Amino acid sequence: MADNKGILVVGEIADGKLAPITAEALGAGKHLAGELKEELSCILIGDKVGDVAKAAIAAGADKVYTTEDAALKDYENDAYMQVVEKAAKDLAPRIILMGQTSMGRDLAPRLAFRLGVSAVVDCLELSIDGATKLMHCTRPVYGGNAKATFTSEALLQIATVRQKAMSPLAPDAGRQGQVVAFPVTLDAAKIRAKVLETIKEEVAGVKLEDAAAVVAGGRGMGGPEPFTKELAELAKLLKGAVGASRPPCDNKWVPDTIQIGLTGKIIAPELYIAIGLSGSSQHMSGCSGSKCIVAINKDPEANIFKEARVGVVGDWKVILPAFTQKIKELIQ
Amino acid sequence: MNMIVCCKQVLDPEAAPATFKLDAANNRMVQPPEVKPVINPYDEQAVEAALRIKDTDKAAHKITVITLGNNLLRDVVKKPLSMGADELILLEDAAFEGGDGFAVATALAAAIKKVGQFDLIFCGRQESEWDDGQVGSGIAEILGIPSVTVAKKVEVVGGKVKVERVTADGFQVLEASIPALITVSNELGEARYATLKGIMAASKKQPIVWKPADIGLDKVGAAARKTKVVKLFQPVKEGKCEIISDDDLKVAAAKLADKLREYKVI
Repeated sequence: MADNKGILVVGEIADGKLAPITAEALGAGKHLAGELKEELSCILIGDKVGDVAKAAIAAGADKVYTTEDAALKDYENDAYMQVVEKAAKDLAPRIILMGQTSMGRDLAPRLAFRLGVSAVVDCLELSIDGATKLMHCTRPVYGGNAKATFTSEALLQIATVRQKAMSPLAPDAGRQGQVVAFPVTLDAAKIRAKVLETIKEEVAGVKLEDAAAVVAGGRGMGGPEPFTKELAELAKLLKGAVGASRPPCDNKWVPDTIQIGLTGKIIAPELYIAIGLSGSSQHMSGCSGSKCIVAINKDPEANIFKEARVGVVGDWKVILPAFTQKIKELIQ
Repeated sequence: MNMIVCCKQVLDPEAAPATFKLDAANNRMVQPPEVKPVINPYDEQAVEAALRIKDTDKAAHKITVITLGNNLLRDVVKKPLSMGADELILLEDAAFEGGDGFAVATALAAAIKKVGQFDLIFCGRQESEWDDGQVGSGIAEILGIPSVTVAKKVEVVGGKVKVERVTADGFQVLEASIPALITVSNELGEARYATLKGIMAASKKQPIVWKPADIGLDKVGAAARKTKVVKLFQPVKEGKCEIISDDDLKVAAAKLADKLREYKVI
């Protein structure tokens, strides 16, 4: 592997489009490729890649490899591993990047182990060490209570990047790039797990990941009702979405899909209103990229007041109706 | 069915952020002695997933827990036994310290091979210190078995394992051949409490302790790492929150809304 060169992003297709996380990984990869003066490529895997390849070029890829097979419609480890293992060996990149997504967090470690290396997952920053040309990867550890920078001396380095942590390039439809088919003959005997069903638990209204304003509640909400009443009312007013910290999800007050945090959604809205939640490091991992964090909590010692820009200490049941009313007046 | 659950003793992730102190010399975080370590919460849920299978036929299923570390507190690491697991193996030695996901998975896989019989292996989706989430996949890769990660439901149906795997907008239902490795997420639901009977039974059980040589490995822990920690640090938080106050909370609430207009975020 002494000649490993270039950066390969393992892309994802969401609803027939290039996934935002892949554009972010390509943005990060472009930076690294520039420092190394090497090529940035992207592999897209699915039943049908189509125009997504062009979108990957517009997002920064110099070369896009496409692997299409009906058996690759849904992500499944054993099938996708056959593609990425072949790509790692045949294309011999120096660095492989993926998103820290449902796919990436499952695929990157297994690929790393198969190739005898270790991945660095959920990275916030990637850089190239000038002297060694090795990638340095910085990521949160201890539930967000610290950060660590890792490197590995292996000739192939694998990392996953946290959603919303890296900046995508502005899409440039005029960028030139090459699309190359990368066919892989899947060995069905090596596919030991089968996807029987894919269930989407759609939440009505604005998607949490896309919302410019998010109103989130925590354990202090006391039950499911405030999420569909007070919080939903404020979110609707702000044309935003409702989120939650982990306790309301664990208590089944709200669906798991609206959990914000280390193991839930990672969001970075313009406005994040945190109500009745303490602001644990694990939760903040999911929202610390927000431009303006507002805290409403009865505990003045709550960690959320260390993270917020502005806040009020007190009972949300008293504060929230008056706050919502005033916002209504201001934006009308 | 023989089930193995891998559990780790960790700093208490639920403790206040201020309790986490940097031990820069050893590239790790530490907590003051009054904050007691715990079993990694996702690992407790992995024990719970195995127990739910055992509940269907107690005599037919056996659960062996394996914990890797050093200076393991017996009352902490025995918790899975008090919840209902059958056996506990400790990979306990100073040499096991300082490993990364690669080193830990290599040692656990070697221990699992020594146990010999396994149908299902469970791990937590990630441990709460390095939040790496690679050990489960690593063990599966070394043992050459399929893995399904981030599970919220695990059942054995017709000689296969059926898993609901959490995704960003819902879940996937997968079926895998056995033996298989499953990593468990918090969506599985709360782990059961230890019963008094369980605690009594656990207190009488002696864990089996294996050293690196017992699992046939020369290099473990820091010596078996593939990644290197360049630095570990605690980012400085500015913590300049402007607290809006007023004798009347409703007035404070209205002032807060005014502030957001001033910031141009509404």
